[in-house]
Amino acid sequence: MNGSRPNHGLFLPVGRRQLLAAGIAGLMVVSLPRQVLARPSLQEAIRTFTGGADAQDGRVRLELPPLVENGNAVGITVNAESPMTADNHVRRIGIFNEKNPEANVIVFHLGPRSGRAQVSTRIRLATSQVVVAVAEMSDGSFWSSRASAIVTLAACIEDLS
Amino acid sequence: MTARALVNVPKAVKQGEVVEIKAMIAHPMETGYRVGPNGTNIPRDIIRRFACSYGGEEVFWADLYPAVSANPFIAFTLVASTSGTIAFTWTDDAGETQTASAEITVS
Amino acid sequence: MRALWGLAGVVGALTCSMVAAAGIKDGEKRSGFDFMTRETQALQADDMANPGMLWVLQGEQLWHQAEGKAEIACAGCHGEASQTMRGVAARYPAYDEATGRPTDLVGRINSCRAARQEAEPLAPESDALLALTTYVAHQSRGMPIPPATDARLAPFRDNGRRLFQSRIGQLDLSCASCHHTNWGKRLGGSVIPQAHPNGYPLYRLEWQGVGSLQRRLRNCMVGVRAEPFAFGAPELVELELYLMEQAQGLPIETPAVRP
Repeated sequence: MNGSRPNHGLFLPVGRRQLLAAGIAGLMVVSLPRQVLARPSLQEAIRTFTGGADAQDGRVRLELPPLVENGNAVGITVNAESPMTADNHVRRIGIFNEKNPEANVIVFHLGPRSGRAQVSTRIRLATSQVVVAVAEMSDGSFWSSRASAIVTLAACIEDLS
Repeated sequence: MTARALVNVPKAVKQGEVVEIKAMIAHPMETGYRVGPNGTNIPRDIIRRFACSYGGEEVFWADLYPAVSANPFIAFTLVASTSGTIAFTWTDDAGETQTASAEITVS
Repeated sequence: MRALWGLAGVVGALTCSMVAAAGIKDGEKRSGFDFMTRETQALQADDMANPGMLWVLQGEQLWHQAEGKAEIACAGCHGEASQTMRGVAARYPAYDEATGRPTDLVGRINSCRAARQEAEPLAPESDALLALTTYVAHQSRGMPIPPATDARLAPFRDNGRRLFQSRIGQLDLSCASCHHTNWGKRLGGSVIPQAHPNGYPLYRLEWQGVGSLQRRLRNCMVGVRAEPFAFGAPELVELELYLMEQAQGLPIETPAVRP
């Protein structure tokens, strides 16, 4: 933020290449275990949600804008086909992503008193990627829908790091 | 604690009608993945659970993760059954809760 | 870093196409709202979904809250903001008799705190100051910015215009290089708007919160690799004065939403 960063750091008795190498090594140590290795894949996250069951395509509609101006707040709406009665309703709707640091986004818990299986929220997308919505029905079956969004990056952002 | 929150519940509706509820609360939803100006990680601080009860019964709830946007917004539906209070609770990582409520008249 | 290269890449194009910045023609004047996607427009238009309304809500509470040694609330003098503050934001910055200079809404709120409430000033970009400013500006929502009439402000506005047209920073760009000469074109992934101030304070998705016009102006200065003016600096108020003249006729949108 402060434009008057001192320049003398470049003239330390350490070569720039060494500094760069040290920097890259530092990055690997700090960020790899947490953001790359620890994250379950999209499929793994969905299987955890379904308890290992397969999620079939259909009965769920996921609305996500195909082109996103800013990934900090992306409006998303999920509809599931269900009469929402006591013996036939949607129990849960889970939303999962492909490339954020964590695969889970949100899990909604619904019931017959919901009237309709329709939920909306705003989510973060770190980059262009696939998003999946999975609905768990009261009969124990799982249904899903996927959509992808392109996240554009603004030029004049505040944080230039 | 009363929340800095905006909730939208229709005031008067017919019995059996499906009504749309919207709830939004001021909260940074700090992911725990951001680095502050001093180079250290900004600790995670998110709303972990949102719940809505109607006439004392919990009828809708959600588990939130860091991928939910700052100032979380959630919209859902409920069947208007009886006149009464629709109450909202947001619970953060530290277990602190914030609440808001609205009255609904069903005829 | 991608942002830096994106910005640097267009410098050549901008410098070539730069002619004397003539300003925006009347028929072409467009709010930043018009340059947004349908989804972001919908977010601003729905008060139950627009996150900026959370600051309006907080501002309303603060408006009625007694402050300072005088233990008086804004409402203690000004009553119902919906009546007394209607139209105020549309004609700010305004001439301040005490200092003989223009002051913006933030300056007015803090001078009111000092003189009437005998309270400490609120820090720039603090939630409380943003909330109060947003609440006051929100009372003018939908009202067009009126023509400038106060002759005492003319020299300050002229200085604002001069600043707007002056090349600054390592990229050697003026505000006009982008917002007069190249509005409507793309810089990186985003459209260059016309730099109108009619939605502030506003909720920027990038900020994940509400921020002031001065924060945005400082952003732009950092963007062209210039040392930004400090919050509250006279130059920023003068720039704001010029921007308001340029935006004359556009309705106040506070709290606007921008990407």
